[in-house]
Amino acid sequence: MAEPQSPLGASYVPGDHGNAAAGIGVTLRERKGLSIIQVTAWSEAIPAMLTAIGSATGLALQNKPGLGRVAGEKSVFGFAPGRYLVVSATPELETRLRSVIAPDLGTIIDLTHGRTVIRISGPRSEWVLSKLFAIDFSEHAFAIGNGRATLHHDIHANIQRIDDETFDVYVFRTFARSFWATLGHAAEEVGYRVE
Amino acid sequence: MIIKCPYCGPRDVIEFIYQGDATRSRPEPASNDMAAWNAYVYDRANPSGSHREYWLHSGGCRQHLVVTRDVSTHAISSVVFARDAAVAVKSGEPA
Ligand SMILES: [Zn+2]
Repeated sequence: MAEPQSPLGASYVPGDHGNAAAGIGVTLRERKGLSIIQVTAWSEAIPAMLTAIGSATGLALQNKPGLGRVAGEKSVFGFAPGRYLVVSATPELETRLRSVIAPDLGTIIDLTHGRTVIRISGPRSEWVLSKLFAIDFSEHAFAIGNGRATLHHDIHANIQRIDDETFDVYVFRTFARSFWATLGHAAEEVGYRVE
Repeated sequence: MIIKCPYCGPRDVIEFIYQGDATRSRPEPASNDMAAWNAYVYDRANPSGSHREYWLHSGGCRQHLVVTRDVSTHAISSVVFARDAAVAVKSGEPA
């Protein structure tokens, strides 16, 4: 099978950057080899859809705004009423979802080739992301596993909190290189490592 | 100005698009009443104080909202999904 090309290209430079002499504030990497599927439930079918996502992924959610869960490479989170991103390292994810989601529950769209996922981790990740997104990244406001839909410079992004100091940022593939450069500038102050 | 989206929570106004007066009601599509259509499209009372407005959370959950906002202070007294407001209006409750 053809190896997918990263849109980050030559701007993905492994190593230490910025003010790294004072310590590494954040580590950045691109998550590759994922299936990224958007699932949308008809408004009356949300509880049934959550059950179906749970049976396909093992990650069952309650029907509350922005809730999500993470287990290893798998994750699920809500970012709008009845709308979920379902992510896994298996190329079978779409087939699995289609086997449990009939058209009377909602729709499935494969976004794998349209999104780039950047993982930012480390003690200064909340600080760095706060420079780009006007939302509260503190853990009491943004709990582990939960998701958000928001903007950076008028461009959409989805964000999921993975643990106390780790976030995944989902950006449009065609804006990924530009976002990567911006994220690097924002992280220079605290020193960053690209893995 | 911060609008507290019922799904996303408090967000800066930059994430939202204003979509106008939420109190006007559209004439029946088959209506030939030109005065009624003219009023629907153009007439706005623009009072001081509390307004009922449509906003789209374009930079977040992409839901249409009905926001009740005092236009002289920007104080927001209520934000609901427009869908829920429409259901409430249909069933005769104040939204
Ligand atoms: Zn919203």
